[in-house]
Amino acid sequence: MELIFILIISSLAAALSLIRVGKRLAPGVTLLGTLAVFLLSWRAALSTAAGGEVIALRNWISCDSFSALILLLVAFVGLVAAIFSWGYIATTVEATDDRKIRRYYSRFNLFLLSMLAVPIFSHLALVWIAVELTTLLSVFLVSFESTPQALEAAWKYVVLTCMGAALALFGILLLYWGMSFSTQAAFTWTGLIAAAPKMPPVFLHTAFLFILVGFGTKVGLVPMHTWLPDAHSQAPSPICALLSGIETTTVLYCIMRLLPMFQNIATSYASRWFIIFGLISAGVAAFLLIQAKDYKRLFAFSTVENMGIILVAAGMGGYDAHFGAMLQIVSHAVTKSFCFFSAGITLLATGTRDIGAIRGLIRISPLAAIFLVLGGLGIAGAPPFAVFLSEFSILKAGIINGQYLVIGLLALFIVVAFFGIMYQINRMVFGSPDIILIEARTLFGRPIISRRKILPVTCIIALIITIIPVILFGIYLPEQLYQLLHHAASSLGRG
Amino acid sequence: MNGQDLLLSVLPKLNALAGGIFLLTAFGLVAIRQMLTCLRIYVFQSLLLAVSAIILGYHNASIHLYLVAALTIAFKSMLIPWLLRHTVGYENYAKREISQVVNIPTSLLIAVAIAIFSYCIASPLLVAAGAGVFEKINLPVGMASLLLGAYTVTVRREAVPQVLGILAMENGAFFAGVSIASNLPLIAELAAAFDVLIIALVMGLLAMKIHQAIGKTAVGEMIALREE
Repeated sequence: MELIFILIISSLAAALSLIRVGKRLAPGVTLLGTLAVFLLSWRAALSTAAGGEVIALRNWISCDSFSALILLLVAFVGLVAAIFSWGYIATTVEATDDRKIRRYYSRFNLFLLSMLAVPIFSHLALVWIAVELTTLLSVFLVSFESTPQALEAAWKYVVLTCMGAALALFGILLLYWGMSFSTQAAFTWTGLIAAAPKMPPVFLHTAFLFILVGFGTKVGLVPMHTWLPDAHSQAPSPICALLSGIETTTVLYCIMRLLPMFQNIATSYASRWFIIFGLISAGVAAFLLIQAKDYKRLFAFSTVENMGIILVAAGMGGYDAHFGAMLQIVSHAVTKSFCFFSAGITLLATGTRDIGAIRGLIRISPLAAIFLVLGGLGIAGAPPFAVFLSEFSILKAGIINGQYLVIGLLALFIVVAFFGIMYQINRMVFGSPDIILIEARTLFGRPIISRRKILPVTCIIALIITIIPVILFGIYLPEQLYQLLHHAASSLGRG
Repeated sequence: MNGQDLLLSVLPKLNALAGGIFLLTAFGLVAIRQMLTCLRIYVFQSLLLAVSAIILGYHNASIHLYLVAALTIAFKSMLIPWLLRHTVGYENYAKREISQVVNIPTSLLIAVAIAIFSYCIASPLLVAAGAGVFEKINLPVGMASLLLGAYTVTVRREAVPQVLGILAMENGAFFAGVSIASNLPLIAELAAAFDVLIIALVMGLLAMKIHQAIGKTAVGEMIALREE
């Protein structure tokens, strides 16, 4: 039942945010809504941690361990992004423009609703519609600042991802056709896996490629990634955290769910494509990181790189690599949201997104600088953080499997990305304090008060909450989470 | 031969005719400069989709497909053109798109290559499925229209033809869908129809905002964001 409540609460919060009562109603409702959704998702995740399934409506709305994991991540990042939005939006949008603020929160809730729906739905046609809605409901959040650049980013985003969605739709229709003459089972993830061995392989292969390319556009796989750094850098920071941290992950989840279809087929068809696309994405993104001139773009490229790593880990096969992929999904989602939150307060403190314009951030705003360094270290994969543990377990699994070439390339790209990220962040954080003004410092058309010492309290709270899993999961995995990851990894099969 | 049999023997031919013209309209969207004509071609293409859905609906005695046809006519040939004309503004439709990324004769040659390519992908599927006479038309034509729509989006620089390219991709997917997935659950069909409507609405509004911000809708000329 909690799954249906999650959908209802999100829609209610979206509707209530539009009511014109006071300034606090919209952010308050959003905060309470996301908190309730998070608690319900926690419950759902706990009841699937033992490997079971939560079924609200058979064949339509249900969650197994893998989808509950994604659901929990979406709910967590949604909650912290709602907390972060409170301070961030209050600071950046003119207080008189409360219509714009209400619209922001309403769209925020709708966007979150569509992302929650992706793991909750189990019927493939509905999953496709939910994925398409994640694009359509976030377009106006990407273009929220209404600058020509933001509009350009939003246009690229909607055009490319809708193209991808149409290709994926064709793939899904092909799968449906393939299933219709082998079984009468419902068109769900589990029904699909059961029917796959009886389908002609050519159907599986063609449909798989259409879905991989189509949904891969939305995940940001190279060469379909061109929209991603634009959209993920132009949106307001809390939205970037949602886009980069979990939107890409929810769509990647849809692609990974196709993997068990190929379990009983001798050729490792899907795995090969996963590794090819994964390595190309990780490699190209790692080298593009180095030349990034905008720190939000830097983190956006790092998302492309991480998606590549997860795809490679899923493609390598074997339980250990799959477990590593699940761990990487979790650590990337929390760490990347943390990175975009720290980028958000850096933007508030300096008023520019340009890496070259900022020197000595540690003296301008020590708090922003510390969080930015922690975020950089966290996402680059430095030892005590969660990403280190997950990348390490992926590399270890690959070495045990004996896939030395893949692991060698992956390790190279991870190292290049590490130095790329740390070099850029070093340049910003250390040195003599200076903000070089290239253009007038305005945000949303409102001048930024220079060297703002006081950052919004809610932003700091959001950062502190987010850093708990970023550090904790690098040292210690709670037993329940381990069980959840274990069952999710097993559901991918031998691969 | 009584009337019933005659009708059944004519239906595949009618469907093939609709499929052929459907493919032609996809070529039209690639090449035609006049924006108002592009919009009209899209409306015509949607009507052909509805025709094919009605033919298949009669053949399979399926209420679903009649519903698909009704939704297609209502949404794609009335509501969406109306939406696009009101959001983007009438003056934009009077314009001709002078420069495409690739010039038009070359573009058409590439489009022919794409159409042949999609027949090559579709034929092993048709063989493996032992497809009937309707699938043999609808699957390759739908796939060709899907890929041609993607190509349209890539080469056109103006906002409206790009939106129409995406909508043509959806049309292509549904053209194949009416023959291969005719008994998809009703809720999925309804949701997909509304989804197309939201695409048109969102992209139309965004094009309007772009027009307000930069004074034109030549989205292909917006190149501020890129890697150096």
